[in-house]
Amino acid sequence: MSDSPTYTDYHPRWLRRRPSTYWWLEKPSYLAFVLREGSCLFVGWFVVYLLLMFRGVLQGDAAYQEFLAWSARPSVLALNIISFLFLVYHAITFFDAAPRALAVHVGKTRVPERVVGVSHYAAWLVASLLVFWLVLGS
Amino acid sequence: MIKRHPEPLLWMLFSAGGVVSAMLMPALVFLFGVAFPLGWLTAPDREHMRGLLANPLVALVLLGLCVLSLFHWAHRFRHTLYDGLQIKHLEEVIATICYGGAVIGSAAAAYLLWQGL
Repeated sequence: MSDSPTYTDYHPRWLRRRPSTYWWLEKPSYLAFVLREGSCLFVGWFVVYLLLMFRGVLQGDAAYQEFLAWSARPSVLALNIISFLFLVYHAITFFDAAPRALAVHVGKTRVPERVVGVSHYAAWLVASLLVFWLVLGS
Repeated sequence: MIKRHPEPLLWMLFSAGGVVSAMLMPALVFLFGVAFPLGWLTAPDREHMRGLLANPLVALVLLGLCVLSLFHWAHRFRHTLYDGLQIKHLEEVIATICYGGAVIGSAAAAYLLWQGL
């Protein structure tokens, strides 16, 4: 990717048709790509949501209860249910891509892709259980 | 002279943020976004949450989660806007908004989590 786009003012003729702005609706695989990339919006939203929760917890019991009541509003709840689905999709697509992005070597032999993939899912399970245990208490 | 590009660093942050958010966010959003609001599980009281945030290790992990996830969002959103909407001429504006937003969010996260210690 170049640093700044250059536009040619006088074309003899367009060699390529400009794709439609809605090109990502043309094929299921294109749509899957856009949904995968779009999952980042929900990653961003959930950071904001976490920060609002931290603020509630820090400000005191009234502020925390106010946050919990706000989180149960239908609009917020709906957004978070959609966020949950997108975040699971994000996790699956990221862990499935990990074996190809991450070449792990032990000595001189490369760890098989399956092992790298499975270990990511195992780590996901452990991390999720840890979150449940810490939040819900014993 | 070699011109240094920020892209590899930004990609590293994107990638790290992708892994951390994938590991922790589904469980967190399930609890705080779905299960507690719907009453499937009882939300922990404020004292318990306050104790968690006061734990330096928990605070550090949460700070890493917030900062890296914000840069993950910024990088992916920026590139999706270029690819999807073909608005490359707005490159600088979009990059400023995305990474600037991530920096501001990171500062907010650092401030809140520091207060909690």
